Amino acid sequence: MNNPVDNSIVVDHLTKKFKDFVAVNDISFSVAHGEIFAFLGPNGAGKTTTIKMLTTLLQPTSGTILVNGFDPVTQTNEVRKSFGIVFQDPSVDEELTAYENMEFHGILYGVPSEIRKKRIQELLMIVELWDRKDDIVKTFSGGMKRRLEIARGLLHHPKVFFLDEPSIGLDPQTRKHMWNYILSLNKKEGITIFLTTHYIEEAEKIAGRVAIIDHGTIVAQGTSAELKELTKTTTLEDAFLTVTGHEIRDEELGKGDQMRERMRMRRRVR
Amino acid sequence: MKIVYILWLRQIKRFIRSKSRIVGSVVQPLMFLLALGFGFGPVFAKAGQGNYIQFLASGIIAMSVLFTSVFSGMEIIWDRQFGFLKETLVAPVSRFQIMLGRTLGGATVAFFQGTIVFFISLIAGFRPTSGMGILLGFISMAMMAVIFTAVGIAIASKMDDPHGFQMIMNFMVQPLFFLSGALFPLDGLPKALGSVIRINPLTYAVDGMRGAFTGVTHFGLGMDMIVLTVVMISFLSLGAYLFSKIQI
Repeated sequence: MNNPVDNSIVVDHLTKKFKDFVAVNDISFSVAHGEIFAFLGPNGAGKTTTIKMLTTLLQPTSGTILVNGFDPVTQTNEVRKSFGIVFQDPSVDEELTAYENMEFHGILYGVPSEIRKKRIQELLMIVELWDRKDDIVKTFSGGMKRRLEIARGLLHHPKVFFLDEPSIGLDPQTRKHMWNYILSLNKKEGITIFLTTHYIEEAEKIAGRVAIIDHGTIVAQGTSAELKELTKTTTLEDAFLTVTGHEIRDEELGKGDQMRERMRMRRRVR
Repeated sequence: MKIVYILWLRQIKRFIRSKSRIVGSVVQPLMFLLALGFGFGPVFAKAGQGNYIQFLASGIIAMSVLFTSVFSGMEIIWDRQFGFLKETLVAPVSRFQIMLGRTLGGATVAFFQGTIVFFISLIAGFRPTSGMGILLGFISMAMMAVIFTAVGIAIASKMDDPHGFQMIMNFMVQPLFFLSGALFPLDGLPKALGSVIRINPLTYAVDGMRGAFTGVTHFGLGMDMIVLTVVMISFLSLGAYLFSKIQI
């Protein structure tokens, strides 16, 4: 099961400490090629910290990670080439056009110009932004920006696609659309999908397997049917609440998060 | 090289699209040049120092380059805030290339800005004395633009609160400008002020430009160039180091 040949992601006894605080505590799991894997957990459970370690943005305190057979700590560039990511917060350049954002990404990832042009057109058509390709992203709605980010994340033919809370702030129509694109890409190109979400019913519908993390440890993993059976519940959401409890979590925000939070508020006021 | 180019291009595109930035960065130097240049001109001439515009122009060009380059370097703060920084930091490229592209982009914008002020100064009566001097003056300007873009990047790499931006502008960039000999000659100053001015890298940029454009220099053009080169290498290294340490 932990064989890197069959698995896109292998995590073994992974731990991350920030000074005295243990954000991720000795977790192990693996994600098979082409699988859709949902990583669930309450706020502050360690989801984002885990994604950051998988995507080379943070170094683990101990334990090992393999992404597409490469170690994010020592083979940073190989890992980076092999995955695409849609971050929790927007990360497009709002002053550039949709096409320019795509092109920037393509050059950054060394996609040759001929392939780049074709792929950009193909992806922008899939996310239905081709007719807006020359518009400045500032003028886009939240859903359009998210679609652009999805298209951008897929531009360099990643083998693994990380989606950190992709549904937040999107209306049901846009969400449905978005999942349709992602599922078809999963089928057509065999991309492995690693997603976190608070919309548990989404995870239940989409994901092949689910891991639930709480207080830095994985408290349950398996298919949603297995988790429901284990907890004797009828929905994944109930299973989730059974293993993580009903208490409300207050996430402790890091400095960067605080700043984004403030910006979000400001944007909302505007 | 392609990576450096695309990051450079992004800075240029952002600048060209930001009309308010272009207008704002021309109006302020223009005000300084006209109000100070013509206001203090008679006093300056009476003191036997000659034409003030001729003296002041290099200082005002330097001011415009200084503000623009620090601002461009500090754009990282906004990129961090709007999330775009993450996009570049998870890409399979070295942080050094990213930093270099951003520095050259910011410096180009600042250099362009300085060039505009140079031409405005010509209209106001500024007269460079030789063609060779103009070339050397523009080289000093370019070095200065690189230095202060790198300074902006170094600061922004350590700062994650955008509110700090205004503070840096008020408490670091303005003093740098006022204590640089951009507005007044360096002879006969109080000792304490003189020593502060001597350790300010901007002083050598202003003096170098003034020396090149008008032939009037305090430290000598050679000395200015040496100082600028050393400072440029140091700040580029510092900026690259701090940028490589950014955590998001």
